[in-house]
Order: sequence, then C-alpha cells, then structure tokens
Amino acid sequence: MGVPILRQGRMLIASVPASADDQDLRQLQRDLASAVSATGAAGVVVDVSGLDVLDSYATRVLETVSQVVRLRGAETVIVGIRPEVAMAMVQLGVTLETVRTGLDLEEGIGMLARGDTVGGGDLG
Amino acid sequence: MAATLADLRVPVEADVDVVAARQQGRAVAQGIGMPTSLQTMVATAISEVARNMVVYAGKGEIMITEVTNGARRGIKVVARDSGPGIADPVLAMRDGYSTAGSLGLGLPGARRLMDEFELVTAAGEGTTVTMCKWSAE
Repeated sequence: MGVPILRQGRMLIASVPASADDQDLRQLQRDLASAVSATGAAGVVVDVSGLDVLDSYATRVLETVSQVVRLRGAETVIVGIRPEVAMAMVQLGVTLETVRTGLDLEEGIGMLARGDTVGGGDLG
Repeated sequence: MAATLADLRVPVEADVDVVAARQQGRAVAQGIGMPTSLQTMVATAISEVARNMVVYAGKGEIMITEVTNGARRGIKVVARDSGPGIADPVLAMRDGYSTAGSLGLGLPGARRLMDEFELVTAAGEGTTVTMCKWSAE
C-alpha cells in the first residue's frame, strides 16, 4: 500500500492511512530516510490522525523515523494523535518523549517553519 | 460470566492480521456500547498481543467474545498460539523486558489497558493471553 509522501517547499508531509500495518510503517521509515536525502528536506511532518491505534511498535517506528531524519539534518514533528489514542499510549507506557508533537498539520508545519523543534533552524 | 454471542475468531499470521484483529475488537467493543476511549484501549491491547504472535510464534488465533457479568457488558479476548512459549513469564510481565531488542513484549502494557489479564505459557508449550474489559455503564 505505502504511505504517500508529499513535498512542500523544504518540508515533507506523510499522512499515515487508517489501515497502515507494521510493514507499511517500516516502509514509511525507509521512504522518509530516502526522501530526506533526495530532496534535501529540512523538516518532516508525519500526520497520524488517520490512526485509531498507536501501539508500542508504531511508536517505536515513529521514534526511529525522527532519529534517522535528524541524522540526515532534518527535524520531525508528529501530528494528529487522537485524544483517545494519546490516553491509551500513556496507559501502555509509550509517550514519544524524544519526538516533537503537534496538534495538526498546520501546527506541525508552523513549528518547523519557526524552528520550534529540538534542532532549531528556519525553514520559512 | 456468560458468553452472549458466537465467538469471533481471527487467524493471525502476518502484519495485516494484526490490524484486522484490532479492528474486529474495536467493532465488538463498539457494539456493546463502549466509549471510544475504552474501544481504543481494547484495540491497542489486541494489537500488542497479536503482534507478539506474529513475531514470536509465527501464527496464532485471537478469539473475541462479548461477555456479561450481571448487568455489565464486556469484551473478552483470548490470544492463543502454539509457538515457543515464554520461558520466564514473570520477567516478561516486567516493563522493559525484551528478548528481541525492542521495548518489550507489550504484555505489561496490555495488562494496564485491560481490566482483567491472564498469561498462561511455558517454554515449548505455546502462549495464551486472556484479557477482559468491561464497559463503563
């Protein structure tokens, strides 16, 4: 199936569909690493608003994506975690502490443009 | 507890089945009137045990049943496989433990998400996780 990655200026935007399974997430991790290299992107927004479950594996993949992207000189923001998904994640004990999060696409893009992320830098 | 509906059996052999199992679980949870937050906890717990099945046992089966206890309605999930089993279940139920170099088996997390949780396993004898969650009403 694959997760589509869109390019907006120096940003990459990936919207994860509801039916994405572990294999799709692994593929997304590879695709984002390649895309950051290929496009010289400085920021990545991963929109997970389509996901009704974020479990330990999915969370680990998102953390890994963020780390790999950072090693390629870019920053990642995860957006769209549903309130009930956030509650389940806290119960599960996976809190994405090393990854920047935002409410939605607009906020995520804004954060990257302003440099409101761990690595700093201006994409605006 | 009395089962009120025919059992829903989901074979789990691949990543795509993990998604199917949790979607089926959510559907049953929704059917008994669980609020979205509880549905998500059930679906997340199912996701954890279903993945364990794929990763450690190769395949297994998840049974999802509606149950009642007096006036309370709930969902019962039995995840069974004939895989290698867990040699030290006590260790496996401790947060952070893992044999696969990852965050952990997800079992302690699944237990926190559900109301009742039972792990039956032994080295070479497969694994059965039984868990229940009750609707708030």
